[in-house]
Amino acid sequence: MPTPAPPSDTAAPARLDVVNLTASYHGRPAVADVDLAIEPRQVTALIGPSGSGKSTLLRCLNGLHLTVPGASVTGSVLLDDADIYAKDSNPVEIRQRVGMVFQRPTPFPTMSVRDNVLAGLHLGRRLGRGPHDDLAEQALTKAGLWPEVKDRLKAPGGSLSGGQQQRLCIARALAVDPEILLMDEPCSHLDPISTLTIEDLIREIKETYTVVIVTHNMQQAARVADTTAFLTMPAVGEPGRLVEVGPTERIFSTPRQQTTEDYISGKIG
Amino acid sequence: MTARMPASPVRRGLSHRLAVNAVMTVVLALATAGVVALLVWILAYVAGQGLKYLGPVFLTQTPPGEPSQAGGGFANGIVGSVIIVGIATGLSVPAGIAAAIHLVEYRGRLARVCSFLTDVLIGLPSIVTGAFVYALWVAHFGFSGLAGAVALALIMLPLIIRATEEVLRLVPNELREASLALGVSRARTVMSIVLPTARSGIITGAMLAVARAMGETAPLLLTALGNDLFLEANPTRRMSTLSLQIFNNAITGFATAQARAWAGTLTLIIIVLVLSVGARLLSRRGIARSAR
Repeated sequence: MPTPAPPSDTAAPARLDVVNLTASYHGRPAVADVDLAIEPRQVTALIGPSGSGKSTLLRCLNGLHLTVPGASVTGSVLLDDADIYAKDSNPVEIRQRVGMVFQRPTPFPTMSVRDNVLAGLHLGRRLGRGPHDDLAEQALTKAGLWPEVKDRLKAPGGSLSGGQQQRLCIARALAVDPEILLMDEPCSHLDPISTLTIEDLIREIKETYTVVIVTHNMQQAARVADTTAFLTMPAVGEPGRLVEVGPTERIFSTPRQQTTEDYISGKIG
Repeated sequence: MTARMPASPVRRGLSHRLAVNAVMTVVLALATAGVVALLVWILAYVAGQGLKYLGPVFLTQTPPGEPSQAGGGFANGIVGSVIIVGIATGLSVPAGIAAAIHLVEYRGRLARVCSFLTDVLIGLPSIVTGAFVYALWVAHFGFSGLAGAVALALIMLPLIIRATEEVLRLVPNELREASLALGVSRARTVMSIVLPTARSGIITGAMLAVARAMGETAPLLLTALGNDLFLEANPTRRMSTLSLQIFNNAITGFATAQARAWAGTLTLIIIVLVLSVGARLLSRRGIARSAR
């Protein structure tokens, strides 16, 4: 067994550059012509109305989009200047470097809390058999879950509360030591207190990771994001487009585009 | 809203609904009771008839040379059933699960053809499967337990594919994506996340197919043929099974042979029951172990 890459606090966060990206399902573009630079050690929020392609764009950033039947991509996503859609790029390696947390907490139902945290390392064959409690503790500590579950490591992952399950999923994503963490509306199924816990967590992990978060909650974008990108579609059924991107404060105080202002002030969406 | 509407129609609506509710509750309860009663009746009748003769002699001896004689048992049929269905299970379960994975997880080019053929195979009368194996195998190599096992495997295969397919589709796609997003390959995701999540459903489906194969008689008449003379444990020769012996003894018209047939029927039910419960316990223990 190769020696595991231990989760470290010195992992170099990567940058992402989206260049002229169009993502389609069965030939119908869901989001089109996106150019976006995602800076390391920052939180970038993608906001916009339903159907504007925020989630699709996010799923293009780690190649997960292409695992859906009928999905296709044109343009490129540069992960530290290497196109993840190049012919010779290895999708499994990309997904190890760009982790993801989903809308619904998805603990693996047949696994314990500890096995859930270590799942990516075990199944990715980056770790031999063994308890590896130290790695599990590090990841759970980063996700702020360690004090709550340290006596329940052997309990099924599904036995935790919703908010705990979501932090378990964050711990699981961090355990494989990604450079970038994508979050697809990670709080939309959680209560306000769990939401605040996770927002605190996002502010903490951006010290060491690059974070991209999709949210339909503008207050959340304002609370956690350094940079905000606004997407919308000209009409229902047409692909979403990137309208405006900039520092979060400026986007919310003095948007340059009329549609951005309309959305932020609640006139559309 | 409703409170402000005139009281009478609302009242009438409510009492009407309550009446319909009461009637339907009774109807559904009666239907359920009827089904349960039927099943209990069958089980009780088989048990009543079978227990008259089921005993150590029945389980350890072969049938007497002359069917009208009393005594003897179905030991060779029990051994034959276990061996033939065991081989059929070994052939059909891995192939069926693999086909279902191809259908659901990879949606390969063959998927549509495979799905259609599965439907055709499910609808195929089992005697046709027997005739097919007879023409292709038995006509060249003679009757054998192995030929019977192949025929039963062909009957089990579509059942296992369908059952596994259904359970795999029930596994939430979020779990697959969560695993892929961790940098786990698709093959590992299927083996380590999807199959364990679907395990108990797959086992249930396989057990239903085993139960079906245990009771099949027609295709075995054309393949394993039967052997009432002695206990045969070599599947390359003609073999007896419980279902064949039940059939052969039940049609003789001798009370002694029919007593053996009833005892054989009860034995068959008990074997299937033990296998089902055993598989359930095993799958439950599997989940408990991984949770620990």
